[in-house]
Amino acid sequence: MLSARVRVALQVLPLALVLLVFFVVPIGFVVAVSFFHYDDFGIVPAFSPENYAAVLSEHLTLDLYLSTLRFAALVWFFTLIIGFWVAYFLVFHVRNQLVAIGLFLVCTVPFWTSNIIRMISWLPLLGKEGLINRGLIGLGVIHRPLEFLLFSDFSVVVSYVHLFTIFMIVPLFNSMSRIDRSLFEAASDAGTSRLQTVLFVVVPLVKSGIVLGSIFVITLVMGDFYVVRVMSGGSRASVVSAMFDDISVLLFPHAAANAVFLIIIVVLMVGLILRAVDVRRELVDQR
Amino acid sequence: MSERGKKHDRSREISRTAPVSRRAVLKGAAAMGAAAGAGVIGAPVIWAQEIKDIELRHVGVSYSVVKAIGDQAQKDLGFKVSMQNLDTSAAITRFVTQPESVDIPDLEGWQTKVAVARGILQGIEVKRIKEFDNILPIFTKGEYEAKKVSRQGISPYEAMYIESKESTKIVEGVHDWMTFMPQVYNADSMGYRPDLIGRPITEWKELFNPEFKGKAAILDVPNIGIMDAALACESRGDVTYKNKGNMTREEIDKTIDVLIALKKQGHFRATWTTFDQSVELMAAGEIIIQSMWSPAVAAVRVKGIPCIYAPVNIKDGREGYRGWCNGMGLARHLTGKKLDAAYEYLNWYYSGWQGAFVARYGYYSPVPKTAAKFMTENEYGYWYEGKPATDIIKDPYGVVMEQPGAKRDGGSIVDRFTNISCWNTVMDENQYMSRRWNEFKSA
Repeated sequence: MLSARVRVALQVLPLALVLLVFFVVPIGFVVAVSFFHYDDFGIVPAFSPENYAAVLSEHLTLDLYLSTLRFAALVWFFTLIIGFWVAYFLVFHVRNQLVAIGLFLVCTVPFWTSNIIRMISWLPLLGKEGLINRGLIGLGVIHRPLEFLLFSDFSVVVSYVHLFTIFMIVPLFNSMSRIDRSLFEAASDAGTSRLQTVLFVVVPLVKSGIVLGSIFVITLVMGDFYVVRVMSGGSRASVVSAMFDDISVLLFPHAAANAVFLIIIVVLMVGLILRAVDVRRELVDQR
Repeated sequence: MSERGKKHDRSREISRTAPVSRRAVLKGAAAMGAAAGAGVIGAPVIWAQEIKDIELRHVGVSYSVVKAIGDQAQKDLGFKVSMQNLDTSAAITRFVTQPESVDIPDLEGWQTKVAVARGILQGIEVKRIKEFDNILPIFTKGEYEAKKVSRQGISPYEAMYIESKESTKIVEGVHDWMTFMPQVYNADSMGYRPDLIGRPITEWKELFNPEFKGKAAILDVPNIGIMDAALACESRGDVTYKNKGNMTREEIDKTIDVLIALKKQGHFRATWTTFDQSVELMAAGEIIIQSMWSPAVAAVRVKGIPCIYAPVNIKDGREGYRGWCNGMGLARHLTGKKLDAAYEYLNWYYSGWQGAFVARYGYYSPVPKTAAKFMTENEYGYWYEGKPATDIIKDPYGVVMEQPGAKRDGGSIVDRFTNISCWNTVMDENQYMSRRWNEFKSA
C-alpha cells in the first residue's frame, strides 16, 4: 500500500505537470525575454533592467492602465448589476427548476457563435446609418445621427458587457442555488422588506459568486485588445494593444516586460479581491 | 483560379491576336491549356517524377500570398504549393523564430532587412531568374523613367542585393545575388466619397481638412500610419521632413502632436487596421475620406457606392504616394531538388499568369511585359496604361468592376510610380514612434 503522502502526491502530479509545462515554463520564457537586450535586427540574451525602466518611466504606461482600468471598472459594475438580477430571477422567481435551468441555458445561446461575431454584430446596430439611428430618425426623435453610439467608449462598454455578463451570471447562479429557501421565510417572519432581504441575506451569501464573477470579468477586460480596437474604431488603446504593436515590429523584450508588469498588476488586483472575501472559506463552510 | 477561369484567360489572350469564332476559341483554349502545362516549365518527364513529392510552403500576408495563385502554380509546375496566410507581424515573427517552418517567406522591404540580418534567407542567384532583365528598374536599379525613385523609407531597391549567397549584409548597387524577388506592389493614397465631398481631392492635407471633421479616418498600423500622417502634415505645411521614412524624434513628436490635436477636436471618426474595416467604414457612410488601399476603393465601388482613389502626384516636393512591395525570399534551409523547385516557383511568378491576376485587383507585377500576355488589350490598357476601358472590366474572380469608358484613378503605372514619395518602412526610432503612436491612440 502506498502511504497517504505518496497517494496525495500522485493525485496532484498530473495537474502539476500540466501547469508546469503550459504555465510555468512559458511565463519563465516571457520573464527571461523581458530582461533581454535588443537592437534593430536582433535580440541579445542579457540581463538588463532597461525594458522595465522604459515601461515604468513612460507616461504612456500610466495612460494605458488608467484607460484599461476605467473600462474594467465600468464593465464590472454593469455586468455585476445585470448578472446579479438575471441570476436572482432565474433562481428565486422561476419556480420550476427545469424551466430555470432551461432559461439558464438560453443565456448561453449567444456563446454558440464566436466572440468576434457577437461583437461585430453591434456595428450595423450602432452605426451612423445603423438600425438605432435610422429608427430614431424615422420616428422623428432626432434629426442627426447620434455619433456617440459607435466608435466610442459607449460602444466598447456595451460589447464588453454583452460578451462578459455570462461570466457573472454563472457563479452567481451557482451561489444563489445553494441558498436555503427557509432563510427567506425567516427573514420575512422577522419583518424585512424584499430589498432588505436581498441586501442583508442574499448578497452576503453570494459573496463568493460575486468574487469569482468579478475576477473573470476584470481579468478578461484587462487582457483584451481586440474588442477595444474594433469597437472604439481604433480610437482607444489598451495595455495589450500596445504590446501587440510592439510585437508587430519585433520589440519582444519591451512587450515581455510590459506583459510581466501586467501580470503583476492583475495578480495584485485579484489578490485584493480575494482578501476582501475568503472564497475558499465561503465555499467550504457552506457545504 | 478554377479551370474555367484559366480557359477564360487563354481565350481572351487568343481573341486579342485575331478575331475568331467562339468555338475556335474554346478549341484553341483547350490546346493552349495542354501546351501550357509543359510549356511553362519545359521540363522532362523525369523531373516531373522527382518533384511530385515536393511541397513548398509560401507564407505571408493575404494580399500577397494568394491561394488562387498558388493553386495555379501547383497545376502548372507539378509540385505542391501550400499558401499560408498570417498578418504582417505574425509572419515576421514566424520567419525569425521558426525559419524551418517556411520555405518561401513573403517579405516587405523592412522585413527583408530584418530577415537578411538574421541569416534566415539565402541569396537568390540573379542568373537563375529568367526574366531578370525585364524587371522594372524601380526594383533592380532604383530608377524609373530615367528618374531616381524616392529613397524615403525602405525602397525595394534598397533591400535588394547582397554580395554572396550566404551574406547577411545588404549592399548598395547591383549585384549577382538578390535578397528577395519582388512579386507584387502598389502605390497607396487616400480614398474618398465624391458624392459627399463634391470636388476632386489631390492633396494629402485634405485628410486633415476641418471640413471633414468627424468623417475622416487614418490607418492604424503605426509604421505606415505615421507616414500617411506625415504626408498630410507635409502637405499642410505643418512639418518639413528630411526623410519621412526615417524620422527624427523631433519630427515624430511634431507629427504625433498634430494627430493628437486633431483627435481632440474630434476630427477622426475611427482608425482602421484591416482591408475589410476600411471598406466597411467607407461603405457604411461612417467615413468620407481616409487613407486607403487601391483594391479597398474598388471593393467599395463594387458595392455600388461611389469612391475615388485620390491621385496625389508630387507638387513642389510635397504630396506623392506611399509605395509598398512584397517579394519572395528563399529560406536558408532549402537545398537540392527543393531549392530547384523553389527557383521554378519564383520563375513562374514572372511568367505572366500571376501578374495578370493581381493586375485585376489593382496591383502590379514587376514584369509587366509577361503579365500583358495574359491580359486583354482592354485590361492592360485600363490597369497599366491608364486608358479608358473599351469593354467591361472584371476582377480576377469574374465580378464586374467597371463599365466601358471608366479610367483608373491615378492614371498609368508611370504616373503613379514616378510620383512615389516614400516607401513602407520601419524607422530607426521605431520604438519611440510606436510609443508616441499609442499616446495618440489613448489621447
